[in-house]
Amino acid sequence: MIRKITYGIFLGIIVLSLILFFAAFPFGKNKMAVGKYYLKNDINQTGAANVVTAVTLDYRGFDTLGEVTVLFAAATGVAILFYVLEEDKKKRERQVYPNFVVRVGSRIIFPFILLFGSYIFIHGHLTPGGGFQGGSIIASGFLLLYLAYPGERVNRSKLSVVEGIAGITFAGLGLWGLFTQGNSFLFNFLPKGQLNMIFSAGILPIIYIAIGFKVASEFAGIVDDMMCEAVCSGGEK
Amino acid sequence: MIYASWLLIIAMIVLAILSIEFKDLIAAVVAMGAVSLIISLLFLFLQAPDVAMAEASIGAALTMAIYIIVVRKTERREK
Amino acid sequence: MIYYIGAFLLIAIGLYAIIIKKNLIKILIGLDLIASGTNLLIVSIGYVKGGTAPIFSKGNILAKMMVDPVPQALTLTAIVIGASELALAAAFVVILYRHYGTLDIKKIRSLKW
Repeated sequence: MIRKITYGIFLGIIVLSLILFFAAFPFGKNKMAVGKYYLKNDINQTGAANVVTAVTLDYRGFDTLGEVTVLFAAATGVAILFYVLEEDKKKRERQVYPNFVVRVGSRIIFPFILLFGSYIFIHGHLTPGGGFQGGSIIASGFLLLYLAYPGERVNRSKLSVVEGIAGITFAGLGLWGLFTQGNSFLFNFLPKGQLNMIFSAGILPIIYIAIGFKVASEFAGIVDDMMCEAVCSGGEK
Repeated sequence: MIYASWLLIIAMIVLAILSIEFKDLIAAVVAMGAVSLIISLLFLFLQAPDVAMAEASIGAALTMAIYIIVVRKTERREK
Repeated sequence: MIYYIGAFLLIAIGLYAIIIKKNLIKILIGLDLIASGTNLLIVSIGYVKGGTAPIFSKGNILAKMMVDPVPQALTLTAIVIGASELALAAAFVVILYRHYGTLDIKKIRSLKW
């Protein structure tokens, strides 16, 4: 009963905030002032054709660094939680191997998934997409391999090396801009180039490629922890 | 266009209610993935292609995979 | 406008799942519904009627007819963080199941209220 009363109270708060929302932000009317500023100054200040990329990596780049750190902390947390469980050998689940079509088809499709993901994060400053999307597409390619070959594992130490290099690239570019070129973290010190060319927007493509590798390795690690805990208990971490 | 968004939002609400009312947890998780997919279509209607790609690849693929692994490791029926 | 109502309904349904349901996976689904509804709400704040996506892909697309890029950038990071937090919560659910042998929060004693 107390749950229903609590839910009723929260429902009232939700309906009230909906009404207040309609009053405060009418749908489809005006932009925020900061959005107008970003749209007006994007080409001169960053040179990226995709304004969402410019806001994510340039104007709010420090925010994105913190976000990648949160992702790293969550992946580490999943690994730690399952590592403790590894000690008490639980029941081994029945291994089910998929059929021939799935195994061979996944081998044929996997390079194309990698190619598609890398295309998306290399062109992140020109077209919709970027490091987060491309990285998660690559991680879903790893998920496909895990479904096709249960019992096989990726090499975790190599994943950690890729992840570390990507993180160091991101932080190192920011610090390089801070100490040598300008006086702000993640200062865009490379030339801006011409709009809508692939070598444009300074350091933004490099950072997005680093984020792509980092997100791909983090999510592949999470999928590895979860899948391997499911089908191959007792493996080496 | 506007009727398409109305239809999609009604379908999204129905799927969300189904996803918390199904007793079979696998069916509930699949309904949740369908909600994510419809939300990614709505992001496309709202002129946000970046967010639509992120939601389609993370919300509808990776999240659903994680849910299905968890359901497989625990129990399938909600009692 | 229908987007606001849809997003608020998603949040209400997710809250219902969190408060009323007793299965841990249903509670996770409720958390995910709330996250999706919030993302939809934030993106629909930035929509401008008749606007285009904020990408300067051709010369004749001006900044005046674009939608607001700031909510989209915020939502982009929020989706990724939401997925990783969900993975962490799922790991906790698996560990609780190993420890207590059930997913019912009535039987997991410290969560009863």
